[in-house]
Amino acid sequence: MDNIAGRKSSLSWVVNISVFFLVVLWLLPTVGLFVSSFRTADQIASSGWWKVLFPSEQNLTLRTAGPDEQVEQDGLYVLEGQLFEPGSEAEISVWGASSRDIAAYEAGETAQLDDGETLFVGADGSYRMESPVPFEGSRGSRVFVTAETPPELTLNNYKNLLFDPNNVDGMSRAFMSTLTVTIPATVIPIVVAAFAAYALAWMDFKGRALLIACVVGLLVVPLQLALIPLLRLHLAIGIGKGYLGVWLAHTGFGLPMAIYLLRNYMVGLPRDIIENARVDGATEYQIFMRIILPLSFPALASFAIFQFLWTWNDLLVAKVFLIDATGKTTVMTAKIVELMGTRGGNWEILATAAFVSISVPLLVFFLMQKYLVRGLLAGSVK
Amino acid sequence: MNPMLQGIGIILIGLSGCIAYFYLSNLILDRVLFPARGPNAGRNINRANLWRPWLFMFPAIFALSLYLAYPVFETLRLSLMQRVAGGGYEWVGLNNYQRMMQDSKFWEAMRNNMLWLLVVPAAATGFGLLAAQLTDRIKWGGLAKSLIFMPMAISFVGAAVIWKLVYDARPIDLEQIGILNAIYLALGGAAPQTWLTIPFWNNFFLMAVLIWIQTGFAMVILSAALRGIPEETIEAAIVDGASGWQIFFKIKMPQIRSTILVVWTTITIIVLKIFDIVFAMTNGQWETQVLANYMFDKLFRANDWGVGSASAMVIMILVTPILVWNVRNARREMR
Repeated sequence: MDNIAGRKSSLSWVVNISVFFLVVLWLLPTVGLFVSSFRTADQIASSGWWKVLFPSEQNLTLRTAGPDEQVEQDGLYVLEGQLFEPGSEAEISVWGASSRDIAAYEAGETAQLDDGETLFVGADGSYRMESPVPFEGSRGSRVFVTAETPPELTLNNYKNLLFDPNNVDGMSRAFMSTLTVTIPATVIPIVVAAFAAYALAWMDFKGRALLIACVVGLLVVPLQLALIPLLRLHLAIGIGKGYLGVWLAHTGFGLPMAIYLLRNYMVGLPRDIIENARVDGATEYQIFMRIILPLSFPALASFAIFQFLWTWNDLLVAKVFLIDATGKTTVMTAKIVELMGTRGGNWEILATAAFVSISVPLLVFFLMQKYLVRGLLAGSVK
Repeated sequence: MNPMLQGIGIILIGLSGCIAYFYLSNLILDRVLFPARGPNAGRNINRANLWRPWLFMFPAIFALSLYLAYPVFETLRLSLMQRVAGGGYEWVGLNNYQRMMQDSKFWEAMRNNMLWLLVVPAAATGFGLLAAQLTDRIKWGGLAKSLIFMPMAISFVGAAVIWKLVYDARPIDLEQIGILNAIYLALGGAAPQTWLTIPFWNNFFLMAVLIWIQTGFAMVILSAALRGIPEETIEAAIVDGASGWQIFFKIKMPQIRSTILVVWTTITIIVLKIFDIVFAMTNGQWETQVLANYMFDKLFRANDWGVGSASAMVIMILVTPILVWNVRNARREMR
């Protein structure tokens, strides 16, 4: 008995560890981007996101105060102050006064510069610059330091991207466009599909089986086929590229799945309820609105989540049917692809933009997971 | 605030238009055309009920035929036509297909697509089965499942950004910020690799993104199927002395075979339509082209609607067997 019990526990350890490993593997990429969205550009560029909790060594370019702050002491012109912003705990190891040799001096050393100037930089970022002649120009001189900076998390990336009206890379407008696309594109197909599903489930008429077969067939038609003919049609009838067109397109593409899911669910509702209501003199419209619709809530909810995620995350349909040259209707996914092209290396912008767009679906996902899973299981016969 | 108000206005118009149709059309049918009153009440009710299914279904049928059925035929027609200089179209038969066949990029897309079709459904289903089997046995399985399932909510574009950071490469003298290169160097790799530009293998790095997204889907469905297996069959196998592996491969797998097939086909359909990941990560450069992106390229960048339609038809031809299979399954179920 001991033996068997022992084997069992060792096996369960193996299972636990492999699941843990799998979860970490699945979570790691997202966590990486998430962490990056809270770091400054310097931090992202100088160390991997997994080192976020450790101090990082960065090469920074800082400036002394401008010449207008110089004071005269004992015949020397002096600039004195702090290179870092107040409250910074960074510690300088080496520094340089020219970009060609950024590690020329140790912290605490005094450097002899041109024209008899001297520059002292301390480990804490304090400096003292002396010169026999007055400093000129409008800006302070540059100091290149290699500093150990403590970990720092900031909300500035989000602030810049969402709330800075002057930021051309801002996401607030794209966020609104996405919302404008998503809400009607989620609700309209549900309404249309619910009526159709009820007819297909509970009304008797000729050609019902054929229609159901058509819906099942259309489930797999790739929407790529629809792009050219429908774009031509939209342009021809004057809808052009705009919200109306993209709603209609999402409605059309989401319908087969919606009808299929809802019909399967409605067929499973008890026949008695509907028959009784009919006997009591309720019209079909009343039966649908007062009985079927409330009873179908779980199926409606699960499809709503699907359609919401799908329209929110869509790139292709929006790119073809919505986004025009003015750029006013650009949705977030398209904006991110744009940023990937122009800001490929600026991870603080990319990561934050991606997370702004991911956050809403993730929220919906974690709040509504129950319905999502239920819907998947109902539709998995697809 | 102006664009926001405008957006809300547009949303309200869109929604109320839709709801008004159903309400008003039924009202007209019941009150005006066939009122359930007067001498012909009985006949009117019957007539109204004859019409009502079509009233209920009209918007759906209209949208389905306009947005899904009509494009199939129209794309077929367009793929046989060519734009003439100065406007209009002319019939060119299979010329577009011929031109497409001569394009080496098309064959690259076909080859890569076949690779995707082989690898992604297999890997996602395999990982999904593994995850389902493992998470069902442990206490925190529910949480583990949610976390593995989570990428399903992330857009392909978001996933592309996420994985681009994973694959990021920097010169050897700087610290790596892409975790894959960091691991690679830590394991003794000589120089940081720009993973997405290595011909052939870069396809697998793109596929990893889709596998990462789809594994959760496979896991959820397969886990439900595994739980649906009757306890008795497994108990009987244990009594007969079957090992863990035997139980899994000889008892469980055959019983959930149809579910595995469903998961496999669903992911296959998704793979055939895959566009966003390639578009966002490489845009088909470095020999990573796939059919859907090739089509988008032809349509909207080269403005060649003939070849674009032809490649869309290729995607349609590839999904047709699944379409037929689906319809046959549905008909069998209905009986």
